[in-house]
Amino acid sequence: MTATTSHPTAAAPGDLDPGGQRRARAARRIFVVRELGILLALALLVVVTTARNRDFLSAQSIKDLLLGATILVVLAVGQTVVIITRNVDLSVGSVLGLAAFATGKLFLAAPTAPVVLAVLAGVGLGALCGVLNGGLIALARVPALVVTLGTLYVFRGLDFSWAAGQQINAADMPPSFIRLGDRTVLGIPVLALVALAVLLVAGFYLRSYRSGRELYAIGSDPAAARLAGIPVGRRVFAAFVASGALAGLAGVLYAARFGTLDANAGNGLELQVVAAAVVGGVAIFGGSGTVWGAALGALLLTTIGGALPVLRIDPFWQQAVVGALILFAIGLDRVLVARMASRLRGRRARGAQG
Amino acid sequence: MRKANLLGGWDLVVIVALVAVIAGSSVLVEGFATARFWGFLLLDVMPIALIALPMTLVIITGEIDLSVASVLGLTSAVIGQLWSGGLPMAAVVPLGVLLGAVLGAVNGLFVAGFGLPSLAVTIGTLALYRGLAYVVLGDRAVADFPLGWTGNAIKPLPGTTVPWVVLVLLALAAAFAVVLHATPIGRGIYAMGNSAEAAAFGGISVAKTKFWLYVVTGAVAALAGVFWTLRYASARADNGAGLELTVVAAVLLGGVSIFGGRGTLPGVLAGVLLLTSLRNALQLADVAADRLTMVTGGLLIVSVVGPNAAAAIRARARRRRASAPATVH
Repeated sequence: MTATTSHPTAAAPGDLDPGGQRRARAARRIFVVRELGILLALALLVVVTTARNRDFLSAQSIKDLLLGATILVVLAVGQTVVIITRNVDLSVGSVLGLAAFATGKLFLAAPTAPVVLAVLAGVGLGALCGVLNGGLIALARVPALVVTLGTLYVFRGLDFSWAAGQQINAADMPPSFIRLGDRTVLGIPVLALVALAVLLVAGFYLRSYRSGRELYAIGSDPAAARLAGIPVGRRVFAAFVASGALAGLAGVLYAARFGTLDANAGNGLELQVVAAAVVGGVAIFGGSGTVWGAALGALLLTTIGGALPVLRIDPFWQQAVVGALILFAIGLDRVLVARMASRLRGRRARGAQG
Repeated sequence: MRKANLLGGWDLVVIVALVAVIAGSSVLVEGFATARFWGFLLLDVMPIALIALPMTLVIITGEIDLSVASVLGLTSAVIGQLWSGGLPMAAVVPLGVLLGAVLGAVNGLFVAGFGLPSLAVTIGTLALYRGLAYVVLGDRAVADFPLGWTGNAIKPLPGTTVPWVVLVLLALAAAFAVVLHATPIGRGIYAMGNSAEAAAFGGISVAKTKFWLYVVTGAVAALAGVFWTLRYASARADNGAGLELTVVAAVLLGGVSIFGGRGTLPGVLAGVLLLTSLRNALQLADVAADRLTMVTGGLLIVSVVGPNAAAAIRARARRRRASAPATVH
């Protein structure tokens, strides 16, 4: 188990050396520091930007930022669950597009349909896409990168042939649904609260449930996880279904927020989602990282987009800044992992002497 | 090591499928078997096939480069800016290719030098290079390239409709094929794809090879950017956006394993041609262009599920054969 250890089991069982435990705890703290680091970067960005323009912290501007981050956060949570198992889901942008268009179609067919039904339909459709991905990956044992690159095209193609150039507008959907897009509770957009709920549930599950911990074990070393009796195939399958369902939910949120739907919704979003997770400290080769980090990563990427115009930086710089941030984040992770590895080695050496 | 099955297994399947698609389309699709159509098809193939050559080698080493389309776009933006800044084309074009090599070297430094995962690194440089392309050119387009250059880029060989740039592609393909299939460097590339550790113990300089592969990939992607710019006589920051996934899809379809260590260049070239000819044939048959993405995706999935299923069936048959005599005892 190299490079894993944002979780308690990292302190090896049978480790009775209290000094070793202390060091393992210190190693774990590095990963807490990792997430604090993004939070710090985010705070710094907000402070600098607000110093330039007081309006950046206005209620309206905060609301816009939260709304902007909502969809990316939901997708990043799903992506994290998959990446932790040493897989990747590149099809999320296409699944979002499909679910968003399905939501519009549903309201066209049944204008009086309750909002809950639309949510269920979107999540269900997304989960179905996830079943296809997960089935191919877990049962046919083919690499996730290839399968989800394939389904990225397939789902988008389905979306195109279903839409056939049609565009659905806000006027075609019930006002109660569209109003969800900018309704707030205590100044926080309802959609952002949905994302927060998703985040809390996923964070708790990954931290405290046995099957959640097993996802980390699978990502650390799939072969060892299999030997340890973890049903690897079933867990990976479930991770993809969860990622698909969340992408479906994101599609419904997209429909509520933007109101205008065509077959291009979410095009190219997959790389941004992976970027958010990576910036948030989720290791691309699995076994480490948290949904909190990924969500902070998504929030940071969105805030950069909002801050650049305020800082009078040409918005054309945004993508370049995001790219540089990704490189910086993975470099930082490498340094942290190296430091942690040397601490754990120190512990083992002590154990051997005693 | 792998020489024996240079054309065995999946490569052969792809080549047979390619022949079948060409034969079928020639009969079924009006206008497919014309010299004019193939002239255009070969121009369409060029950028994908060019980038697929070094990408094949990179993926066989077990790495990946997702930044290639952004290198293409940044090169396009920079040569547009240099040309409108008054530099002659004869200087602009080599500078563009040199820029690509530098961008590739940055990838190589992060992946081979610092040992960071290439998937994450090149997603980062994908955003970085594309972002820099926008910084250079914004949403402007440079279109006033000299007619001599833009015309020459798509000029056919005398007496045919085959564009002369196909010769450049063939020469590069031959060079890459020789390096991969007939030199110690090529055997090293396969070895490190199977196990980087074992390759290093075997005396192969893994990091150095990977670094130079990224440099070459950057240079070739930039060359594709030069071609793209001249062919469409338009330098834009968004040129070639999303092409990286098409290239990876074509390479994998050609039988290269995403885990490295397996694949051949003839297979990849067949994969590129299969993908492009099938798409162009369907386009000619009036299938809506945006639905064609399903063909790309479907083929890609079949290309990984197919060999796996075949291997599973073979393994089962072998087990049955092996267990049969055991039950007699």
